[in-house]
Amino acid sequence: MPALNLATKGLNVAAIREDFPILQQTVNGGKPLVYLDSTATSQKPGAVIAALDEYYRKYNANVHRGIYALAEEATARYEAARKQVQKFIGAKSFREIIFTRNTTESINLVAYSWGRANVQAGDEIVLTLLEHHSNIVPWQILAKEKKAKLVYIEVDEQGLLREDQIDRLITDKTKLVAATMMSNVTGTITPIKRIIDRAHAVGAVCLVDAAQSAPHMPVNVQALDCDFMAFSGHKMLGPFVGILYGKRALLEGMTPFIGGGEMIREVFLEDFKANELPWKFEGGTPAIAEGIGLGVAVDYLTALGMENVREHERELTGYALSKLQAVEGIRILGPLDRELRGGIISFDIPGIHPHDVAAILDREGICVRAGHHCAMPLHEHYGLAATSRASFYIYNVPEEVDKLVETLAKVRKIFNG
Amino acid sequence: MDDLYRELILDHYQHPHNHGELEDADISFEDSNPLCGDKIRFEIKLKDNVVQEVRFNGKGCAISQASASMLSDELIGKSLDEIRKMNKQFILDMLGIPLGPTRIKCALLPLKVVKAAAYGLNASPDEEDEE
Repeated sequence: MPALNLATKGLNVAAIREDFPILQQTVNGGKPLVYLDSTATSQKPGAVIAALDEYYRKYNANVHRGIYALAEEATARYEAARKQVQKFIGAKSFREIIFTRNTTESINLVAYSWGRANVQAGDEIVLTLLEHHSNIVPWQILAKEKKAKLVYIEVDEQGLLREDQIDRLITDKTKLVAATMMSNVTGTITPIKRIIDRAHAVGAVCLVDAAQSAPHMPVNVQALDCDFMAFSGHKMLGPFVGILYGKRALLEGMTPFIGGGEMIREVFLEDFKANELPWKFEGGTPAIAEGIGLGVAVDYLTALGMENVREHERELTGYALSKLQAVEGIRILGPLDRELRGGIISFDIPGIHPHDVAAILDREGICVRAGHHCAMPLHEHYGLAATSRASFYIYNVPEEVDKLVETLAKVRKIFNG
Repeated sequence: MDDLYRELILDHYQHPHNHGELEDADISFEDSNPLCGDKIRFEIKLKDNVVQEVRFNGKGCAISQASASMLSDELIGKSLDEIRKMNKQFILDMLGIPLGPTRIKCALLPLKVVKAAAYGLNASPDEEDEE
């Protein structure tokens, strides 16, 4: 891409872009790739890709219990990655870091294991209207099974969570609060600390969906004092692996989720003794290369500094919000103040379906997502079946925002003549 | 200027044929595309098992709406048996635009609805549209 405008603060984006092989290509007949879908999955730096390659070429072996050099190396690196993740989110112990398939599986683990044992008929589970389906459906399944009740904290006209409802809806009937830290649709940053504190004040447990926050801003589980946190490696430069953080005392008290190899200490004909944390929750051979690759991704982000990542995205989001608001007829979901949101902008252009918007943007090499973004209740609230969503990460630049805005004008021209 | 959004498609999208509702429809059916939440409903009036009148309504992208509009024209005068025999290729030929694997689902949603209506079933037994 010629003459990149790299005037955003915080990061050396030109150098960062060099690290991402996928960004070096052109698509659709010579158009530079403009990747604006990091909310769905981020691109991966060469170092992460190389780590996967190296594992398969040099020390591919199953982890734990292998009495040979390859297996020992694989185990050492896999477990080292766990400690890197522990440090990245400020957990007390590596035993509190469980590798899963993705954020969805992390949340389901809590719903099945902690939820089944602790939620009873008449109990309330408090969610927010901003949740992704993966932080709604597991609780619906649990609530149905236990005859518990789901309660939703609503959003105001700005797209912010209604703080006035926090104290009113989280009560002594509440057993669990499950809330996102950043919406994957509106980018809204939620008052998560207030929610966690309120949950604790009424004796409830709080799970934080950090799928969109952990990759984009500093997150510290001890400062937040959350009980569980779920997020995904693939949204933070890493491979396809999920993470569940849980406070050790809670995890110790929980029954295993997936039974099988790895998660046991001893197996008898009628019963088993579970392995210690964190392996108790990692039934079967894990995604070893992916776990190791996640460690490399965490190193990459740590070297950049999460404050700098947030600063870069704050700048870019502010720029994008001002540019996009000038598009005729556009409706942007969520707060228009960059301080209150991350780099995720969903929008609607009345009369033009998001699929058509995305298809025309694609012709210009611009990748955005179109649909309900796994948040149908939130779209229902806005009276929309679908929206288009552009999202940013460390490798995006203002010039890409310009290209988006220019092409949106083209979209309007195609449809309105 | 654009293969996908040629004039014919946009014209059907902006000025759909047979759009609306039928008060005394003999058969009707609706279905949605779970990927994008698009919804299409077809209502059909028959005489001796031949389509006399048809209306469609619902929400969707230009491709699915144009496909519904063009398909509605094609349905008039056709018997239920003929409708049951319509296939994916018929729709692709009718639209005459290049479609990728995702957009093909948009284009085929109207046919899926119409065939389900013709079979009087909850889903089309012909799964060729399920790529």
